[in-house]
Amino acid sequence: MIRINCPYCGERDHSEFSYGGDATINYPSLDSSEKEWTEAIFFRKNIKGFQFETWHHSNGCRMWLVVERSTVTHEIKSVKPCHPNLQKVVENNK
Amino acid sequence: MKTRRLDNYGKINRDKILSFSWDKKNYKGFEGDTLASALLANNIGIVGRSFKYHRPRGIFSSGVEESGALVTIGSKDRRDPNVRATTQELYNGLEASGQNAFPNVNFDLAGINNYLGRFFAAGFYYKTFMGIPPFEWGRGTTIWMFFEKFIRKAAGMGSASELPDPDSYEHAHDFCDLIVVGSGPAGVAAAIEAAEKKLDVILVEQDSLVGGDQLAENNFDNSQIKNQLENLGIKIMTRTTAFGLYDNCVVGLLERVTDHISTPNVNIPRQRFWTIRAKHIIVGAGAIERHIAFNNNDIPGVMTVNASKHYLNRYGVLTGKRIAIATNNDSVYETAQQLSEAGANVTVLDSRTNFEIETNKSFEIRKGYVPYNINGSKKIHSLDVSKSENMNKSETINCDQVLLSGGWSPAVHLLSHRGVRPKWDYSNACFLPSDSKENITMVGSSRGLWNKNDCIASGIAGTTDALNRLGISKTNYFFPKPGGWKNPIQPLYEVKYKKSRSKSFVDYQHDVTTDDVRLAYREGFISVEHLKRYTTLGMANDQGKMGNIIGLSLMAELLNKEIPEVGTTVFRPPYTPVSIGALSGRNVGKHFRPLRVTPMHQWNIDHGAKMIEVGLYQRPWYYPKENETLSDSYIREASTVRKTVGICDVTSLGKIAIQGPDSTEFLNRIYSNGFSKLQVGKARYGIMLRDDGIVMDDGTSWRLAENEYFMTTSTGEAAKVMSWLEELLQTRWTNLNVNVTSVSEQWAGVSVAGPKSREVLNNCVDDYLVITNNNLPFMGVTSTFLKGNIPCRIARISFSGELAFEVYVKSDFANTMMDLLWANAKKYDGCLYGLEALGALRVEKGHVAAAELDGRVTIDDAGLSKMASTKKSYIGSAMRKRGVLKNNDREILVGFFPTNLKETFNAGTIVCEKNNIKGQGIGRITSVTYSPELGHWIGLGFVKGGLDKWKDTNLVGADPVRNKQMNLKVVSPHMIDPKGERMYA
Ligand SMILES: [Zn+2]
Repeated sequence: MIRINCPYCGERDHSEFSYGGDATINYPSLDSSEKEWTEAIFFRKNIKGFQFETWHHSNGCRMWLVVERSTVTHEIKSVKPCHPNLQKVVENNK
Repeated sequence: MKTRRLDNYGKINRDKILSFSWDKKNYKGFEGDTLASALLANNIGIVGRSFKYHRPRGIFSSGVEESGALVTIGSKDRRDPNVRATTQELYNGLEASGQNAFPNVNFDLAGINNYLGRFFAAGFYYKTFMGIPPFEWGRGTTIWMFFEKFIRKAAGMGSASELPDPDSYEHAHDFCDLIVVGSGPAGVAAAIEAAEKKLDVILVEQDSLVGGDQLAENNFDNSQIKNQLENLGIKIMTRTTAFGLYDNCVVGLLERVTDHISTPNVNIPRQRFWTIRAKHIIVGAGAIERHIAFNNNDIPGVMTVNASKHYLNRYGVLTGKRIAIATNNDSVYETAQQLSEAGANVTVLDSRTNFEIETNKSFEIRKGYVPYNINGSKKIHSLDVSKSENMNKSETINCDQVLLSGGWSPAVHLLSHRGVRPKWDYSNACFLPSDSKENITMVGSSRGLWNKNDCIASGIAGTTDALNRLGISKTNYFFPKPGGWKNPIQPLYEVKYKKSRSKSFVDYQHDVTTDDVRLAYREGFISVEHLKRYTTLGMANDQGKMGNIIGLSLMAELLNKEIPEVGTTVFRPPYTPVSIGALSGRNVGKHFRPLRVTPMHQWNIDHGAKMIEVGLYQRPWYYPKENETLSDSYIREASTVRKTVGICDVTSLGKIAIQGPDSTEFLNRIYSNGFSKLQVGKARYGIMLRDDGIVMDDGTSWRLAENEYFMTTSTGEAAKVMSWLEELLQTRWTNLNVNVTSVSEQWAGVSVAGPKSREVLNNCVDDYLVITNNNLPFMGVTSTFLKGNIPCRIARISFSGELAFEVYVKSDFANTMMDLLWANAKKYDGCLYGLEALGALRVEKGHVAAAELDGRVTIDDAGLSKMASTKKSYIGSAMRKRGVLKNNDREILVGFFPTNLKETFNAGTIVCEKNNIKGQGIGRITSVTYSPELGHWIGLGFVKGGLDKWKDTNLVGADPVRNKQMNLKVVSPHMIDPKGERMYA
């Protein structure tokens, strides 16, 4: 079982979270072309090793998180809020 | 028959006699016995029939590796198949029976399979499945279909009860600094060292007693150890198996709480499924003694050497009188001596020629001898042995038992669960655990240590390793070197004998023989994983604990390679079987999943509602009067709504409060239709698309104030929409000042629909002027009060196509609202209506719902193109016309009538052209209902090209599932009041 250290709730079982997806995508603006959106939605790297991915603490504080996780070992290097303002709050409270 | 119990041996409690039954006959045993020890004491040698060949099988071991003594415990709804007799504790009244035999294990008619062996060899299932050459080779599965039921009956083990499980099971959780698996010398030393260093320790032991293999020592007393552990505050969990290791030092445990009690307290769960979150794991799981493959090495009376030591010293049972021990290592000599002291006539055949061993000379040692054949079928008569160097020189030893030791395999299973491959150690002829990068340390004989002092030292070193890794200490430590016998082991896995025509078993439980391994090799299944699947070696519930290494060594020999080059299969959880009951715990019956009810749930039931599950929600389905059926009821309800008025609980819709200065911009981005000009006091129906342009959900948003909206979603997609809005605001549009809050539980909602709905509401609101047609036009929203000063929100929204209102109050006022509305609706001959009538009304109107919006449908497919704004960009706008989504022949929403209006159809019907009834046709019917308004059945669905293409063509509805066909015509989905005059009334 993966344990994720939510910056707000502490370390919790992964069953409290929902997996989001690739956290490194810069979604194009809404008026961007079909081509740009196709790139953003359908093309994914298949990373062996650490990747940044989003997780939603859906059965906890409801925060969306960026989790740096190894796809090989499930080791988690870092967890932080997706929203930059929430990141600052977490930093300031350290 | 005379008992085999010895007076001065064993730690069983002879003051407490237990009676039990075996194959319906009664026997006696003692407290402290396992079923296996009690059977042996009663001279019962045959306890089962083998998987494929139905050969008589006895007890091979004294522990979890048992692959012969698999029995059924209990009866009726408490019948548990494939229980290892060697780990089942005896209790008063225990009922046990043999398996896989008819009429019984002593005389089994299917024993004929033994002589049909060549048909049951490796790959048998696959070959039968492909057809039998030459008749139908490669032509498929006819023969398989014919023989399957016989084969399944013949080859199998015990059968589970088909009755509901009367026992309860529990899920439990715990945390600790260190969990130690195994309470042998190594585990105990590790636990004590850790507790003394102030770690919070859990010690897990699968046996009922702590001590590990020391329980087989004749002078061992475990009470002192137990006291010491308890005094240090260590949590000891006996009868508990660590069945799996998972990420982040999570350990799965199965605690058998009452499996050893004859009449358990009904308030105690039978088993507990523990999830332990530890900071470090120490595994001292011991090692498992292997057998040796040779002719007839499965005759009842064959056992591992260490097992006989357990039976003698722990249970006081001498397992044989004339015992032949075959070995390739030093570990057997202490046992040989003790067996001989206990009165057995013992001969040791050691495959090694050059070695020195100290004994009391009470038994014979034959150096350089190996066994090659057992004579006997239901019991052992004699053993054929020969010089290992010269197989032509043979002789026969009279004996009634053959004990085997082909070496020891460290229990590396738990580490293997973490993906750590063990490495082969030539000098000890076994796999040893590799180091793990995770916080897991192997100690004791599970790291290949064969003597007690080394095990103890390794336990202390293991805890030092844990303390270092946890950053508590920085102490140097070392583990003793693997091994510990005086003389080296000599690899010995199989003794071949040319004349043999019988079988030499590698995997007892699945009847895999040495010939099967050779056949797999000849047919090209040489990788370990292929060998395993082709022969089923190691795939029984013992997972090849005894036999896997033998199979590997045979394949290595055939390939002319070393064992490590052949590899080892990966062990996966569980280490020993875990019952389905324990996995499900309390999540059964009504607790299978959470139950959601609306605040007027009881009110609905009190007023005659029959309920239906919608997702997790219980919703009113219909409200039958007297003898009405479902269809009588919903037809009456839907007709009443169209004629006068009806009231429907719509609380299960998702409700989200959207607040903040950028709320309007936010809604304008997520809905496909425009929201920027929605005035305060108005609601709008909106459609949300996914990023890829497919419809996600539909619902309404009400503008309550400049910066505040109240959004409703469909019942099914409520949670998904909420997560989606949070994702957008927290990850993509982080500069938008918007807050979203789920208020689904806070508001109770009801739809009041029908031509008389305004009149009903007039009597219910404080001030009827707020809901006049002028003050509350179609899609108008108002916050006002119901009589009794109850704050409420009212929107003039219609799903039914009639003049209708949605009224929301705080959940606590739900019953009051229902009482008020219902009292007034009755004055107009109104009704309560449920989901079935709601469905009928919306199908008549051509409104799409979950059955239509199935994740494949675009906004154009759903006939809602006018809801897709061309004046703005929104989520999905760039993608909604991509590739296949812009094809001309997409399936478009239409209505369906049966050509013969007396006919019916069902959802799921495939729509086809008249002369081309096949495959997926040209469309499908997704929702159907009887239309009270039109007086016949109608449907909603999709057809390629839509209404324009097919409106004048007769089509066919094919319903192969129900073996039904009907003629159809395609109509507009707006089957009644297409201009919506009623809604605007
Ligand atoms: Zn959280």
